[in-house]
Order: sequence, then C-alpha cells, then structure tokens
Amino acid sequence: MSNTPQIRPVTGAQYSRIHGVGGYRPVRVIPNAEVLTWIESSDEWIRTRSGIAERRWAGPEESVAEMSVQAAGKAIAQAGIDPARIGGVIVATVSHLKQTPAVATEIAERLGCGTAPAFDISAACAGFGYGLGLADGMVRGGSAEYVLVIGVERLSDLTDTSDRSTAFIFGDGAGAAIVGPSDTPGIGKVVWGSDGSQKDVISQTEAWDTAFAKQDAINGAGEETRWPALRMEGQTVFRWAVWEMAKVAQQALDAAGITADQLGAFIPHQANMRITDAMIKALKLPESVPVARDIAETGNTSAASIPLAMERMLESGEARSGDLALIIGFGAGLVYAAAVVTLP
Amino acid sequence: MATKDEVLEGLAEIVNEIAGIPTEDVELDKSFTDDLDVDSLSMVEVVVAAEERFDVKIPDDEVKNLKTVGDAVNYILTNA
Repeated sequence: MSNTPQIRPVTGAQYSRIHGVGGYRPVRVIPNAEVLTWIESSDEWIRTRSGIAERRWAGPEESVAEMSVQAAGKAIAQAGIDPARIGGVIVATVSHLKQTPAVATEIAERLGCGTAPAFDISAACAGFGYGLGLADGMVRGGSAEYVLVIGVERLSDLTDTSDRSTAFIFGDGAGAAIVGPSDTPGIGKVVWGSDGSQKDVISQTEAWDTAFAKQDAINGAGEETRWPALRMEGQTVFRWAVWEMAKVAQQALDAAGITADQLGAFIPHQANMRITDAMIKALKLPESVPVARDIAETGNTSAASIPLAMERMLESGEARSGDLALIIGFGAGLVYAAAVVTLP
Repeated sequence: MATKDEVLEGLAEIVNEIAGIPTEDVELDKSFTDDLDVDSLSMVEVVVAAEERFDVKIPDDEVKNLKTVGDAVNYILTNA
C-alpha cells in the first residue's frame, strides 16, 4: 500500500490576532424621550433597568450591507491590508431579512475581496465571538490569510414598539474586525457553546411562514397582524447571562492563562448595563479594569455590540492597542462565546 | 437548619446589600416590588444570593410567587 497517494498537508499561521476594528453607527439617534411616545414608561425607569439613554436606528439607506461595508472599511484601513488578501468574509446577523443569498457575498464584492468565501452565521449576540472563533481557526488552519468578521444588526426591524419590556432595548449598527496571522498569540481559546433547552427564552415571536399564513387567513378582515419581533424572558435571561456567563468568562481567562488583573479591558456584549454590573461582581473583576459601557448611547445591537464597544474604547483612549481584552457574547439560542484577545 | 428569624435576618442583609434598603425595613409582610422597591432584576440578584447563603434552589418559575419577604422566608424554610 506504499503507493497510496497522500493529500498534501495544509499549513496555516502559527498564531492569529485582530489587526483592525471598525464600527458604523446609524445617523438617527432615538433618545428615551422618543421611546416614551410608544410605551407607558419613564426615562428614569429605562435608565435604571437598562442603562440606556439613547440608541441609533438605521434609516432606509443604512441597510445591513451598507452598514457592514462602512464598518469593514474602517477595520481594513486600521489593519492596513489590501482587501484582496481577505480570504474569508463572515457576517454574524439575525436581522438581515432577506435570507438568500447570504449578505456576506455582496459585502465581499463591494469591498474588493475577490472570490473570498463569504457566508452568514446566526448566533445572535454571540455572533461576533462565533465569527472570531471561526476566523481564528481559518487563519491557523491555513484556509485564509486574513478573515473579515462582521457583526451587524437592524434590530429596529424586529422590535415591537408596543412591548414595554423590549421596545427600549434594541439598536442598529455594525462592527467589523480583521483577523490575520501573528507572531505571538493574539486570540485565546474561544470558549463557546449553546443550550438549546432554553431556545424559547429569547426568540422571534413566530416564524415568517406562520406570520404570513395568519396574514392570508385574515386577508383584509380588519384584524391587526403583527410582523414577528424579538421577545425575551427578562429574569431568566438575566440569571443565565450573569452567573452562567461569569463562569464562561472565567473559563476563557483560565484557558488563556490570564488573570483578571492583567486585563486592559472587559468588553461584554452590551445587553443591559445591569447585566454588565452584576457580571463584574460575579467575576470579581478588579476596579482597575476598564469596562465597556457603550450601551448607554448605542442600545443593544446584538452581534455588533462587542466590536462597536471595542472601537469606542480604543478611540476614547479607555483601552490601548496591545492591551488584553476579555470579550464575551451571549444571547438567543441560548448561545455564548468568550475569549481573551489582544486589542488591535 | 436555620430558624425563621435567622432566615429573615439573612434575607434582610441580602436585600440591604443589593437594593440598599435598611435591614429593619425588610419585614415579613413587605412586598419586594411595592414596599421595598426591589425591581425584577434586583429580585434575581436577591434570589441567587439567597440560594448561596441558604443552600436552596429557587427556580425561575418560583421567583414570581415570592411576592413578600414572608413568601421568600417560607420558601427557604420549606426547601432548604
């Protein structure tokens, strides 16, 4: 059997890191005062329950593709690479309402990424971490030199503005990162997973086919039909997001061989300021570690929230290039992904 | 096994730490939301702290039944 042909082995980079990060925030600002025209609530109630003062909502021109291209352009510029060297485009989103084709192909084409493989993933608020895990594997596995990871959402399209418990939470935006080869480890082990037993605690109210079937049945009978929206069981999500996710965050630190006091930033998914505050306590994070609090002005932008918050911390000087950051995303699925990364 | 007074005292300390309510205000007939201003998310924090302190499991489905401090004390005494 000595003549059995052998497949040539694939070799990739020894290590990977984030080379650049960029974000896009829609022009239209929605302050709490505007939310109060939809729901019976108060500015103080919204701020104490969520930490949100305002959020950005995309206009008609600010499509999922457009916001992604804008954010990616900044990430590519910071990385200082020719887009043609990007060998993979991963778009994490749950709010691109045209399912086929994947929005990633249009984005890759517009950015000049040639024939790079391009695909969408659905991992809700853990989407950026999932994308980072895939990108890290692609770079080290030799299937791409650079990979563009985008988290993008237009959650305003899936917001029920009459739902008191969620109308004030969601926002729109895009964040992008370029992952590529590195001489030293720049992305720690991605600790990720899912728990499908809790698939119903955050979800779209109903599938599109169900919604359309109802519409057909009503067919102009005057009854109000509702476009599917996102809803969640707040207390259940809060408990899981704080105490279960603190364990996952600790696992990511342990896997990277990093202690909390060595972090230059903690960048959790911007779900709710209360979750962030409680997670800091549960993690026993030292006060010296700067914490991302982008949610106050951006709302919860699901897959986009971590790269948007990362960009803000770097731009404001709260965190610096080369610092170690602990990132953790968690959301509908339930799904989660955490890792220690070197900031670009 | 903790006594009723010990559970009440422990719960009062937890509510004080999480919601800043003076411990003497945490009485059996007080409603968490209406009298003590413990909102739904703080209630989860109280529940998790109580689980740890009293070595008891309080499932999410049960939390909504714990309307007063007395409800919580009784639940802990029965299930710890």
